[in-house]
Amino acid sequence: MQENANHAPEIVERLLDSTLESVDRAEALAVGMAERAGLDEDDLMKIGMAVRESVVNAVVHGNRYSAHKKVRFSVAASKERFTVQIADAGEGFDFESIPDPLAEENLMRTSGRGIFLIRSFMDDFQMRRLESGGTEVTLVKNLVSK
Amino acid sequence: MSVKLTTRQVGDVTVMDVAGRITLGEGSSALRDAVRDMVSKNQKKILLNLGDVSYIDSSGIGELVSGFTTVTNSGGNLKLLNLNKRVKDLLQITKLYTVFEVHEDEAAAIRSFA
Repeated sequence: MQENANHAPEIVERLLDSTLESVDRAEALAVGMAERAGLDEDDLMKIGMAVRESVVNAVVHGNRYSAHKKVRFSVAASKERFTVQIADAGEGFDFESIPDPLAEENLMRTSGRGIFLIRSFMDDFQMRRLESGGTEVTLVKNLVSK
Repeated sequence: MSVKLTTRQVGDVTVMDVAGRITLGEGSSALRDAVRDMVSKNQKKILLNLGDVSYIDSSGIGELVSGFTTVTNSGGNLKLLNLNKRVKDLLQITKLYTVFEVHEDEAAAIRSFA
């Protein structure tokens, strides 16, 4: 990890439209904060991609591009960890139903790799069903163990 | 920059130079359309040069798989050329690296279609 000149915690929250433009915006915002937090180029790529995949899930599968539904997006950077939360206003889904993209029978599927990549790129990944019905995901990259 | 696709013919092999980002939306749909267009023109030897691809997401990976399947089902071959480290790593962790025939040298890749 690179030396971080500014250890002051930084928190940013946004309400994003359910559009693909929001995906680019969220990725740029998270990567910019991660850069300021001192993460190296490899981690910037991983965080950017994990955020992209998560916001795509919220926009496409959660909110289904609805103009009436927002994606709640927050990023928090501290000395210990870099945390991103993304919540949609969709119908939710059965977490157990996510197929394993590495299984032989799924290898040639054209979709279904997003959550696998997020898990691969982050130190911790949690999903929970919101009382309102949507899905919230939390992505964490630990900074202290590096 | 979104994706830029340039097609050239080398003998009976169609080489598509792909540059930019293959992500959900314009990037992945452009690649899908281009592969389908080549198949519709009965081009069966297709080499995707990914050397200038700066970014690919899960949707882009899905389009590579889709292109491979489309070309294979039409009796053709789709091979990959010049993977950068990022694309190579993604194909490896998704266990797709061994599905595709991957080349680092264009001349050798062209010869492999013979």
